[in-house]
Amino acid sequence: MTGRTIRVETLARVEGEGELFIKMAGDRVADVKLKIYEPPRFFEAFLRGRHFSEAPDITARICGICPVAYQMSAIHAIERALGLRIDPAVRLLRRLFYCGEWIESHALHVYMLHAPDFLGYPDAIAMAKDHKSTVERALRLKKIGNRIVSLLGGREIHPVSAAVGGFFKVPAKRDLHGLIEDLNWALEASLETVRWTAGLEFPDFEQDYEFVALRHPDEYPLCEGRLVSNSGLDIDAAEYEDHFVESHVKHSNALHSVMRGRGSYLVGPLARFNLNFDRLPEVARHAATEAGLRPPVRNPFRSIIVRAVELVFACAEALRTIREYEPPEAPRVDAPARAGAGQAITEAPRGILYHRYALSDKGLILAAKIVPPTSQNLKRIEDDLREYAAHVVAWPLEDATWKCEQAVRNYDPCISCATHFLKLRVERN
Amino acid sequence: MSSKTKPRVAVFKFASCDGCQLSLLDAEDELLGLAGAIEISHFPEASRATHKGPYDIAIVEGSITTHHDAERIQEIRRQSKTLITIGACATAGGIQALRNWKDTDEFIRLVYATPQFISTLKLSTPIAEHVPVDFELRGCPINKYQLIELIAAKLAGRKPNIPTYSVCLECKRKSNVCIAVAQGAPCLGPVTQAGCGALCPTYNRACYGCYGPMETPNTASLTTQFRIFGQTDEQISRSFRGFNAWAWQFRKASEECERS
Repeated sequence: MTGRTIRVETLARVEGEGELFIKMAGDRVADVKLKIYEPPRFFEAFLRGRHFSEAPDITARICGICPVAYQMSAIHAIERALGLRIDPAVRLLRRLFYCGEWIESHALHVYMLHAPDFLGYPDAIAMAKDHKSTVERALRLKKIGNRIVSLLGGREIHPVSAAVGGFFKVPAKRDLHGLIEDLNWALEASLETVRWTAGLEFPDFEQDYEFVALRHPDEYPLCEGRLVSNSGLDIDAAEYEDHFVESHVKHSNALHSVMRGRGSYLVGPLARFNLNFDRLPEVARHAATEAGLRPPVRNPFRSIIVRAVELVFACAEALRTIREYEPPEAPRVDAPARAGAGQAITEAPRGILYHRYALSDKGLILAAKIVPPTSQNLKRIEDDLREYAAHVVAWPLEDATWKCEQAVRNYDPCISCATHFLKLRVERN
Repeated sequence: MSSKTKPRVAVFKFASCDGCQLSLLDAEDELLGLAGAIEISHFPEASRATHKGPYDIAIVEGSITTHHDAERIQEIRRQSKTLITIGACATAGGIQALRNWKDTDEFIRLVYATPQFISTLKLSTPIAEHVPVDFELRGCPINKYQLIELIAAKLAGRKPNIPTYSVCLECKRKSNVCIAVAQGAPCLGPVTQAGCGALCPTYNRACYGCYGPMETPNTASLTTQFRIFGQTDEQISRSFRGFNAWAWQFRKASEECERS
């Protein structure tokens, strides 16, 4: 035998279940498979026949880590199908709601799922033995993100208040003002997170990516904007399926999404940062520059710093929305049923999340399509590994395996989402 | 205390959204304390270090939907002194149990382009249909404080303080105005187990039953009341067919609506 296999049967510190398999032939990578064995759950199928008002609660259950993203994409797509106009105060609250999820999800990934790879610990709990104040900072940051989601939505996982047309209940100004002290701390902690992550060691690895993210005329994107790329894509959500196609590969219960005629692409923090650097608030841009980040960032390992910059953004944006908030006239507008179809893309912490619904005149869902960020990144992760594994081929197997796992975790993959949709195996002959 | 004498706890996942096990990591104030009291032997979402059984406590999330998983849970049961299931998927089959009334092959064709790549069972079923379970913690998602109480109780060898009464009691304690009485809202609170803190009524919406059936739910009476509120049988059936659709009390209620 002249080659080796890197194989990780249960890929850890990702959400959901998958396996990594890399087969080496000499110093060449013969095969890379990110096998998704997380069992399929058929959300698009059982949404059929349900009322549109149930979609935000049902689709939230695709992912316990980013339920707000599912609720936001579902709600925006359905509102488009119904032709609803939304109160600007509700729009502001949705941004705050989403910032809460970004803070909670990014703090979890940066410190508890990704940082242990850089520092050589199996997990954040082991890391806490040597870096207690760092892990405590992570937990407090995460808690503040969760507090925002709970305040607006009732609870951090599968919140109950978001609805088509608005919210079931909106907060009073004083409720939001109670968050300011925590958020001022969180903003400082996020700036410290940028400095801390910038001090980590990064492999010398860059790729020529097609970055895909939303772009909004004045804001760093969350719920609105056109879908753009660094290669000239510039489309409305309604055109998404003309440009992107999901293919079903044998080794995976998750669908792989590719760009028609172009292949894999990258969504998430790196894409957003590279395409929207000029839309970041000054405090986040300054922190990024100090950390040595200038777009385009093409080293996926450095996504941990970009996530930290997005933490700065999310805290600053949350503070802005709280300062500007005046309660809406009504928590939500009426949403009378009518036949129609609507699409929406929002920026989940891991990247763009596409939803499409077709509705009957009674408000029942006739068809639904959901493309989560991780299924869009899956092919790109495999492409990264194909290149990256060659860099570590000569390493001892355990070290090479760990490093390849880290390369997967660069993407903060959420497998539960993608099967609606990971295990790592690296085989060396 | 050395790690050799700490109880060994493992977390396993089946078909689910990861939200219930995330509750452990969401217990930000308790996590490091808890991690000091136990040895986390297997928890892939949090750690790449995994240890083989046996385990003192297995915490199981998710429902059984594949042949492979049906076998895997048997081995986990053999390896675990105490097995607790967490969340609506593990205790009732979850939202994915909606397939149980449908043709699964048709579902696969709807979602996947190459159906022959997909291997799945016809039914999504709770863990207790496959192996004996020592405690079922309800909720979609679970309440993290209930999970910590449950782990603490198991470690102390006492009965956990987890109520089985309905959401209505929590609503009354919060002095909420009853939205069923005041607004005619089709609220599942009277038949749903407490634990969430009556969240939905507190947020001015009808309870949608995510904690599953309470100990003695009178679903027939509630169905009658929903009809008085002007709900169609189709709507009532859908109400019971949510995140705990396969829990037998809710299953029976939805099927009765379909037949009538």
